[in-house]
Amino acid sequence: MPNRYSAWSLLRGALAGHRNWQGAWREATPKPRYDVIVVGGGGHGLATAYYLAKNHRVTNVAVLERGWIGGGNTGRNTTIVRSNYLYPESARLYDFSLKLYEGLSRDLNYNIMLSQRALVMLAHSRHDLDSMARWANAMRMNGIDADLLSLEEVRSRVPGLDTSSGARIPVLGGFTQRRAGTARHDAVAWGYARAASALGVDIIQNCEVRGFLKEGGRVCGVQTSLGDIRAERVGIAAAGHSSVLAELAGLRLPVTSYALQALVSEPLKPLLDTVVLSPGTGGYLSQSDKGELVIGAMLDLFPSYAQRGSFAVTQQILASILALFPAYARLKMLRQWAGIVDVVHDSSPIIGRTPVPGLFINCGWGTGGFKGIPVGGYTLAHVLATGEDHPLAEPFQLERFISGRLIDEAAASGIAH
Amino acid sequence: MMQIPCIYCGPRDESEFVCGGTAHLTRPPLESDDRQWAEYLFFRENPKGAHLERWRHAYGCGQWFNLERDTVTHEIRAVYPITQAAPR
Repeated sequence: MPNRYSAWSLLRGALAGHRNWQGAWREATPKPRYDVIVVGGGGHGLATAYYLAKNHRVTNVAVLERGWIGGGNTGRNTTIVRSNYLYPESARLYDFSLKLYEGLSRDLNYNIMLSQRALVMLAHSRHDLDSMARWANAMRMNGIDADLLSLEEVRSRVPGLDTSSGARIPVLGGFTQRRAGTARHDAVAWGYARAASALGVDIIQNCEVRGFLKEGGRVCGVQTSLGDIRAERVGIAAAGHSSVLAELAGLRLPVTSYALQALVSEPLKPLLDTVVLSPGTGGYLSQSDKGELVIGAMLDLFPSYAQRGSFAVTQQILASILALFPAYARLKMLRQWAGIVDVVHDSSPIIGRTPVPGLFINCGWGTGGFKGIPVGGYTLAHVLATGEDHPLAEPFQLERFISGRLIDEAAASGIAH
Repeated sequence: MMQIPCIYCGPRDESEFVCGGTAHLTRPPLESDDRQWAEYLFFRENPKGAHLERWRHAYGCGQWFNLERDTVTHEIRAVYPITQAAPR
């Protein structure tokens, strides 16, 4: 890799006044033909390109991005990584992703600032305690770390949480996954882009896919705002816009797009060193390295492609965060936004072939796409390179909606749909 | 906040309503195969733009009605009774 990052290169940069740093990835103009085109330059698309090159030696690859890389949901999530899912298929998939995250900074030679600060899920009722006991046990059965927390343990783990007897929203206990945490979202996109580019992948920004080229019913390329580009195989990794692209290929998906919103506060001194989720109120928060509280909300429960989120949900989420943490009452919010998420009925992803030959898809991550970036890219790259489903992705085929073999992770996805 | 014009009560805040998803889906015949059932149950057009959808005034009159709403701008272009045919 050109310009390997290290303490030495940082020192050299410092001595030169930081004037000699080069772009992290090459500017590329589209070639007329590629082996594989990946549509969508978010985390999943960039990871797909990286693993195509690294694991399968397929380097004649282009990633086409309508805007700028990492500017969609990769830049709009709450940066949480975790693998606290219920069923064996999901546990395998998401834990593989978390394990890739654990080694990613080294693998990419790019600091993704993974911080395994643990996640604390709050139980607000006896029913929550029972279902979390079941949930944590299921995780342990699947070989994933999980521990139930008493009220006393929650208190010591989450400072500022109102656990008094007069609390508006009572807290009875909870559970934790200690390996969960946060990662720097931009760094994940940029790190994958840099590593993929170094292996020969063309990353083409400001290139909108407007249609698919077909020969005898088989997809053989894409029509773009920069002209036609041909490819042996095309993969879509476009999250909330999957249906729009699928329609261009004459395909319908079991996906509905919703806006999922988040907010950040003004920066504060360190006050919260874990990720807190309150499934009962739909709110979750963590503190970024800059000191901002990053607050995630529930979905706007109507179909939407508007990347802003409704005020009704903003109001509701802030009310519940303040009920949980009364001390935050004078905190000012700096920014609010939404990402368009691709929700399917069983809240599990779709990774693999489509009924259109030559066209492959990675979608359906819904409200939890960021944590799935490494495994989403890894498994889509596998099917694009080999034509065979990766064993981890076998249960997550589009076909399951017809066979009825759904993997219903609605509860573990963390956000009510 | 979106103002939704309930055909019975007039415009109210979106927080009084529940969206019931895409309108005008018709149940296929009982002898349909798995693929047709899947199309009916799960597969959706999910348009970016005009969408015909069902809403219920849950914290008001409790009645169902249909909207034509833009999924990007959230502009409401038509409101009509749930028994009425699609406006286009």
